[in-house]
Amino acid sequence: MNSQHIAAVSEAGDARTDDASTEPASEPSRTITLSVNGRRQTCQVSERKHLADFLRQDLALTGTHVGCEHGVCGACTVWVDGVTARSCLMLAVQTDGSDVRTVESLALDGGGLSVLQQAFQDHHGLQCGFCTPGILMSLTELLRDDPEPDEATVRLTLSGHLCRCTGYQNIVAAALDAAAKLRAAR
Amino acid sequence: MKPPAFRYHAPRSLDEALELAVALPNSRWLAGGQSLMPMLNFRLVSPEHLIDLNRVEGLAGIREVDRAIVLGAMTRQREIEFSPLVRAQLPLLAEAIHWVGHPQTRNRGTIGGSLCHLDPSAEQPTVALAMDATLSIAGPNGRRELAMRDFALDLMTSALDDGELLVDVRIVPWAPGHGGAFVEFARRHGDFAIISVAVLLEADDGGRIVRASITLGGVAATPVRVAAAENCLLGTRVAPEEIDAAAKCCAMVDALGDPQVPAWYRQRLANTLAARAISLAHSRMKTTRS
Amino acid sequence: MDTPLAPPRPGIALPGDRSPSKARQVIGTRAPRIEDPALLRGEGRYLDDLRIEALHAAFLRSPHAHARIAHLDCAAAGALPGVVAVFDATAIARHVTNLRMPLGFPSATLQKDITPWVLSGTEVAFVGEAIVMVVAETRYIAEDALALIDIDFAPLPVVHDVHQALDAAAPLVRSDAVSNIAERVPVGFGEVEQAFARAPHVFAEALFVHRGAAHPMEGRGVLARYDAALDTMTVWTSTQMSHEVMHAVAVMLGMDPHNVRVIAPDVGGGFGAKYLTYPEEVAVPAAARALGRPVKWVEDRAEHFVSAIHERDQYWDVEIAVDARALILGVRGRLLHDQGAYTPQGINLPYNAATSVTGPYRVPAYAMEVLICQTNKTPVVPVRGAGYPQAAFVMERLLDRVARELALDRAEVRARNLIPPEKMPYEKGLTNRAGVRSVVDSGNYAVCQSAALARIDYAGFRARQTTARAQGRYLGLGLANAVKATSRGPFESAVVRVSPSGRIGVYTGALAMGQGLATALAQICAEQLNVPVDSVHVTCGDTGYVSLGMGGFASRQTVMAGSSVHLAALEVRNKALKVAEQMLEIAADDLVLKDGRVEVAERPHLHVSLGEIARKLKGAPGYSMPAGITPGLEATGMFQTNAQAHANMCHACEVEVDIGTGGVRILRYVAVHDSGTLVNPMLAEGQIHGGIVHGIGNALFEKMGYDDEAQPITGTFADYLLPTSTEIPQIEVIFFETPSPTNPIGVKGIGEAGTIPVAPAIVSAVEDALAPFGVQIAEAPLSPVRILELILGEQP
Repeated sequence: MNSQHIAAVSEAGDARTDDASTEPASEPSRTITLSVNGRRQTCQVSERKHLADFLRQDLALTGTHVGCEHGVCGACTVWVDGVTARSCLMLAVQTDGSDVRTVESLALDGGGLSVLQQAFQDHHGLQCGFCTPGILMSLTELLRDDPEPDEATVRLTLSGHLCRCTGYQNIVAAALDAAAKLRAAR
Repeated sequence: MKPPAFRYHAPRSLDEALELAVALPNSRWLAGGQSLMPMLNFRLVSPEHLIDLNRVEGLAGIREVDRAIVLGAMTRQREIEFSPLVRAQLPLLAEAIHWVGHPQTRNRGTIGGSLCHLDPSAEQPTVALAMDATLSIAGPNGRRELAMRDFALDLMTSALDDGELLVDVRIVPWAPGHGGAFVEFARRHGDFAIISVAVLLEADDGGRIVRASITLGGVAATPVRVAAAENCLLGTRVAPEEIDAAAKCCAMVDALGDPQVPAWYRQRLANTLAARAISLAHSRMKTTRS
Repeated sequence: MDTPLAPPRPGIALPGDRSPSKARQVIGTRAPRIEDPALLRGEGRYLDDLRIEALHAAFLRSPHAHARIAHLDCAAAGALPGVVAVFDATAIARHVTNLRMPLGFPSATLQKDITPWVLSGTEVAFVGEAIVMVVAETRYIAEDALALIDIDFAPLPVVHDVHQALDAAAPLVRSDAVSNIAERVPVGFGEVEQAFARAPHVFAEALFVHRGAAHPMEGRGVLARYDAALDTMTVWTSTQMSHEVMHAVAVMLGMDPHNVRVIAPDVGGGFGAKYLTYPEEVAVPAAARALGRPVKWVEDRAEHFVSAIHERDQYWDVEIAVDARALILGVRGRLLHDQGAYTPQGINLPYNAATSVTGPYRVPAYAMEVLICQTNKTPVVPVRGAGYPQAAFVMERLLDRVARELALDRAEVRARNLIPPEKMPYEKGLTNRAGVRSVVDSGNYAVCQSAALARIDYAGFRARQTTARAQGRYLGLGLANAVKATSRGPFESAVVRVSPSGRIGVYTGALAMGQGLATALAQICAEQLNVPVDSVHVTCGDTGYVSLGMGGFASRQTVMAGSSVHLAALEVRNKALKVAEQMLEIAADDLVLKDGRVEVAERPHLHVSLGEIARKLKGAPGYSMPAGITPGLEATGMFQTNAQAHANMCHACEVEVDIGTGGVRILRYVAVHDSGTLVNPMLAEGQIHGGIVHGIGNALFEKMGYDDEAQPITGTFADYLLPTSTEIPQIEVIFFETPSPTNPIGVKGIGEAGTIPVAPAIVSAVEDALAPFGVQIAEAPLSPVRILELILGEQP
């Protein structure tokens, strides 16, 4: 590895050395400051690196998966400034000043699963789990914006994701159950 | 599937963006990125410079100006989807926008990006043509305006010259009581349409059609207004045989064919969907008599 | 009709259970998956998620279907800053024992020199074939370097289709090929000529069945790290068969298999795409050893479309002979199978297809000539279903034809021909590739069909159809039966080990790729050891833990690995009780194993934990073991069989066809399955859902298209259509549980079962909907264009 890369450094100054930026010196790069899962970070990033690779390689947030790199499969879906986006269709440099959230942010503060995550386990809403992080991000957005989605609405949201394992049925069941539980808790 | 190397620029103002485009050779505008980024990842395009429009002030937003609705080129499809103004004044666009990709892509995709990319089966260019949209363009030689029919030149080819960019789209709403319908057929929901049809109908107090717009997306290299079909309806009360006649006109349009979707199928579909869209638009009309 | 045949759980005796008899507590429950919490938190570790610093590989792949490499110069690529090495065929040849990949399955009859190259040096035979491997600091730079490779091709004539391949004037698929026909395989039994000669009715069909590719959401990927001091190679690969990859890498790198460790990390789906050793799985380790640095290659989707295996085209010219009552007298015909440019594995796909046509039916005479044709396309290896979906399509289309010709009800024709339960076990007249006669072990097919018909209201359908037609809507109903011979042998390995810490581990050569295998195996282990399911730690597909293994294919793992875990856990249980007997000085009959310890019945304060027993059995230098006890609280299970547990299914669906567009909407889908004892009904349902949706893809959406120059025309997810949530109905699943006598748990495989009858059921329904137009359908998948073409006549 090229030793001249600049490690991502948080505002607090604690250098991340576990899986730091891997840019060779020859890559045009720029410094960006963004919030990822609530943590402000300043990083040097290659201008052409897409957001998914940046999250995975530079920040070691490997929960976001890369399935097609042309915006169809949805595995790489994250939140940018409060709404879902395909992270393979954004450049990391575009998120300068943004608030990015990934699947790693979904679990509760104490480490427990979110209502939606728990519903996925309860309803067997995942199999290989590769597409799941993106789907969780989309459904979390849906449940925030529409507390009472019907099956058709859930399926429309899910249509932006490909899953080869589940046939979608148990994902739909999980989303509807999570919506009901969230309503009951309100 | 990683993009080739390029330099990235994020201008803050329209002037700055236009200056960059003049100064930088082989540059591309980056709007919502939902088409350009896949092309970059596949290395189908290799610009030396990307000029990101996402931070340019004043390019996004929906507003009403002199009875027209003006949509900034960088207005996200999501904003259009949830805009009360669009729902009230441009119901055809509101209906069509649900067919554009998926929620996750509409969050980033922009109307301007779609109009400039000009995929032949994309929904927004079809609506823009159906509604006689006026496009405002900025360039090194100042501003100009183009009607959508003059903007979409050919397959994925717009009338934008080097260094020009789309600033906004102005659409004049149809009269209250008009009926509109956007109908499409795609293999899966959210896919680019094989065929889409946009229909707008306006009638007089007697229920006779005084104004009609019938536009096909996906049939030809660019969206097509079918004047012959419109003429079949003008002056009529949209009886079934008049719908048939108009739909048959839609099937006469020169259609593209490819190994997966032959031209005859597109024409057949144009016929079917035009009939359905006309019926639907007609049923949605609110004439004062009825 | 929904009452399962098997008695309700719990209460099924465990065959071979030598412990005090008890009802099943864990097997048969909807235990939550132990895999889920990590995956849901984004803490899965798929190949590209491994925290191992490595160089990145990218491959230059052929843009031509067939060409000679006229000129190749990699100097500019090698000189690009950030590029560490460039390997073409000549360069990689110095690091491997053979430039040609080993054949996956042994075959005496297959053409020689038919496997793919590690890297192709002189000639390319399909679009996507790897020619050069670049190793660089990042994948971005590696791809930049690919663009700098100076290469010229001299195009050669192309074989684009199996019919062309058979033409005597056709070019050869590769210059080293003896013939475009890789092999001719006759398959059959009974007196076929006689059967057809005396048959009152013979009907012929020319059928085309296409299946696309596997498309797991995670593509392939390999990471290799070589340790020169120890001469050991560790290969992480997203595979369905770690042990087979270990042996192939060892052979190709000239290493002893004991020095090669292959680890499958979390695998993001397989579906057949990861059931072979690929050239990249040799090239990447070779590069890692040559460079002395870890090297990683992660397949991108563009590569997956052309370099991961497909299933693609089969043409079936078939005839069925029936008597006046529609009883089948014989089936015969010819199968043209598109094998692609190379044969990496063997002939299992077309062989499976040809030998499974008769499925759940009594067919006294059968003959199929299989021609395995080579074309200049991506090689073909089984995808979920492995030939069974095509076979079911053929048989079910023939039976629909019989029904139509004899003016009989489709369900009635099937009911008359299904193997009756009193004929079980039923010999099929064929042998499987183990050389063992194929025997259908158990099941009640008629009851399954009746259940499907009842659930979908078959009796009331014609009235619904008539009403709808009056409104201009075209409804159709279709049904299809099928059988899947699951649990391919010869064995699977499982070690159940209680470590001195008390941790219970299961180690197996079986390979988890999303089905929930770890949970299923943990349940089977927990059943014996009477512990919570999530206290069992399951490690799959790591050759460092178990020396032997087969992996994940042919719907085998719950049967094979499950039985091995069962046997091993039983042994550990009995051993723990024996040791506890000595440690507690209480007779085993008065001991209870629960919650990780052995306690005295009704005196639970007297106990010894499994960890304590394991510490006792780890031995102490010079001290004796407990009397009559072998060291270690562990046991190895090697369930071994050549018999196959036959799962059966009946699917029925209702569709609506839009005659204006050719679009098909599936209104209802009913799936009746008998996969024997269900270890976890929730996971079983998941397998059925996913399998059916894969089948819906095969019936209506997925087509790997090529043009006449064998150039792929569907290379993105925008034109290769995987089914999405909006196109899928709610699937209604009904289970019957006829225990299989072939294994101690009574289980039958389920991973592929859902897929098999889908295309024939849907096509039958579409044909039924379009009966007013006289449409007859002989193909799958069906596109809206094709449906409209059929409605309008061939030349619209």
